[in-house]
Amino acid sequence: MKEIRLMKGNEAIAEGVIRAGCDGYFGYPITPQSEVLEYLMANKTKERTGMIVLQAESEIASIHMVYGGAASGKRVMTSSSSPGISLMQEGISFMAGTELPCLLLNVVRGGPGLGTIQPSQSDYFQAVKGGGHGDYKMIVLAPASVQEMYDFAKLGFELAFKHRIQVMVLSDGAIGQMMEKVELDEQVPRWTDEEIVKLHPWSTTGKTPDRERNIITSLDLNPVKQEIINRNLQKKFKHIEETEVRFERIMCDDAEYLFVAYGSSARICQKAVSLGRAKGIKVGLLRPITLFPYPSKELEKLAKQVKGMLSVEMSAGQMVEDVRLSVNGAVPVEHYGRLGGIIPAPDEVLNVLEEKFIKENLLCKTH
Amino acid sequence: MTEEIIIAGFGGQGVLSMGKILAYSGMMQNKEVSWFPSYGPEMRGGTANVTVIISDERISSPILNWFDTAIILNQQSMDKFENSVKKGGILIYDPNGITRHPVRTNINIYTINAADESARMGSAKVFNMIILGAFLKLKPLIGAEYMRKGLEKSLPARHHDMIPENEKAIDIGKSLVKQTYTLN
Amino acid sequence: MQDTLTDAQICQPENMVYCRTALMTQAPLSYCPGCGHGTAHRLIMEVIEEMKMQANTIGVAPVGCSVLAYDFLDIDMQQAAHGRAPAVATGIKRLYPDKFVFTYQGDGDLAAIGTGETIHACNRGENITIFFVNNGIYGMTGGQMAPTTLPGMKTATSPFGRDTETMGHPLKITELIANLPGTYFVSRQSVHTPANVRKAKKAIEKAIQYQKLNKGLNFVEIVSNCNSGWKMTPLESNKWMEENMFPFYPLGDIKVPK
Repeated sequence: MKEIRLMKGNEAIAEGVIRAGCDGYFGYPITPQSEVLEYLMANKTKERTGMIVLQAESEIASIHMVYGGAASGKRVMTSSSSPGISLMQEGISFMAGTELPCLLLNVVRGGPGLGTIQPSQSDYFQAVKGGGHGDYKMIVLAPASVQEMYDFAKLGFELAFKHRIQVMVLSDGAIGQMMEKVELDEQVPRWTDEEIVKLHPWSTTGKTPDRERNIITSLDLNPVKQEIINRNLQKKFKHIEETEVRFERIMCDDAEYLFVAYGSSARICQKAVSLGRAKGIKVGLLRPITLFPYPSKELEKLAKQVKGMLSVEMSAGQMVEDVRLSVNGAVPVEHYGRLGGIIPAPDEVLNVLEEKFIKENLLCKTH
Repeated sequence: MTEEIIIAGFGGQGVLSMGKILAYSGMMQNKEVSWFPSYGPEMRGGTANVTVIISDERISSPILNWFDTAIILNQQSMDKFENSVKKGGILIYDPNGITRHPVRTNINIYTINAADESARMGSAKVFNMIILGAFLKLKPLIGAEYMRKGLEKSLPARHHDMIPENEKAIDIGKSLVKQTYTLN
Repeated sequence: MQDTLTDAQICQPENMVYCRTALMTQAPLSYCPGCGHGTAHRLIMEVIEEMKMQANTIGVAPVGCSVLAYDFLDIDMQQAAHGRAPAVATGIKRLYPDKFVFTYQGDGDLAAIGTGETIHACNRGENITIFFVNNGIYGMTGGQMAPTTLPGMKTATSPFGRDTETMGHPLKITELIANLPGTYFVSRQSVHTPANVRKAKKAIEKAIQYQKLNKGLNFVEIVSNCNSGWKMTPLESNKWMEENMFPFYPLGDIKVPK
């Protein structure tokens, strides 16, 4: 039987990375995710698995420590919350340019600026569209439960090394701070240095006579070569779009109206779906699990079936743009969001769905 | 079965840990559980609250506007959450420090004199367990053996010697809870 | 009969007094003629070669003139973002405590944008080695004022000379980090004369050797010229360096193990 624990989301992902065979964590405290660093420190990871945990002097230093470790083929990660992730964009862009695998966790809080420490989903654009400079994307995973916070540690590292890409777990203060049941699995052993040399021949582990030197750089001053590098990056992103889309359909089969929501908003919408169904409204929920790649094709399909889609996010309307791009005008798409750290309630979002699509339709019919 | 509970009071009253023990015990009894706290600087001496859901099914929203049970431990929380109890739901409060008592007529209302009783017992630490006892009397969702497992899991090992005292406080809470308004 | 000797005829072992170090690549150096970077590169590679550490070495290149250092050094290398090399090296060394990890940084990189990373890596006592080439100017971007630009010194962004009232004072970062408990060996050298090259090599040797002791960060500053940026001939720039840079940045060991 699997080991079961009641854990906070932040603790679950910390336990998840230990068990996923993570080699190094470099981070800087910031609310609402400091439990990650605290949990790792309290768990004496060096003794447990050999994993290195270091509190850096800043988020900037943290991400560049991750760069150094990733370039040497290790499973490395950092975590932060919105303002800290903004500081990390330099390093993330460098890792995109050098195709380095790593795991990043953003436990999003409200912005802009220092904003609030309460939950928010207003970093969607930053995470999904490439937050730093240059043409790049990361794989973005959106956990909606504490179990997924745990699971996405392992999945994140797998995807990161499979595609040599940065994987961001885009969580929020609600998922990070809440406690739920978590099923833990077996410890994945950390790679030995010999395994790294074999598995990641590109990594800088010291030049041996049997190979050319390895260089990790994002610089090429020759525009022709730089264009080729960029085109190859784009090819990789395209391949990821074709192969790594993940989503969950909840009561979609007969749905006439659709919520589209990720993370904690999806949990709220899931409740709204049951409240709506109890009232006789045929409503469903599409929950994107990967935000890049986005489940556009699934939404395109659903657009042929439903009368309207409501994108619910704790933002002023960011993901809604991707919903609209996906359905390309086939059905009305509306947005509902709360800002500043306020979490919408299930009956609140159901009311909005009714207001936007159902009551208006009745009005149209009577006129 | 799904039970949606809000526990609200001052930081330091053991609001969050009471919720955690309840959730842990529910989990030990094979229920689905969620525990969603208020967090941040407001916890430092300000108000603290936690939403606990115990269910036989997968829990959807951990964040709610309406609750089956509200456990209220200070006036600010009374002002904030009295109207969040579902019709026919229950409100449990400690009258100590309450200046405006609940007035709803479409819910069941109970009091528990936990502050007085914990003072009598000479241990402020068992205050929240007395409250928890009152809740378990009214909503016997979790068996005593699972409460013990929940206590074992949620208290650090160095505090396990305090488990019997906590269990005693739960029993006292069960015996002390009083109904002050009954919904017909 | 030929009039002159061919290269092959000249390059006989008995005539060989100087040759390319095996750990320098065949790529022609991109530095300006007269610049000290080439000598500094060579010395580091010479020592790594002599110590047979190629397979155990990971280097970190900065942003600045030496951004392309990896083109010339035949070892595994990472290119770091501007100023972040000490953080990058920290990440590598923490995960590979038995490898030799070094950064090679200029003054703008190490003492301006990367001051935080430099000081904290030093203060944590990271077991890495930092080679710091200080020429008092931003060479690559075209001769702008650096944190180490001397008072009164003319640069592209201090065309009338560095006015310390409004532009601040040159930063003696090497003295600063020598005061931190995390540094083990701190030395300042130059590579503009054969005698100085020999001394610099000794300091580099120590800074590499000491990393094996795990006693903290080893740091060698090389005060160098930038004849292009200073708008002088190489010889003039060396003379200017002796007369102006060395009085402000005196050569010699600053912190030696007890």
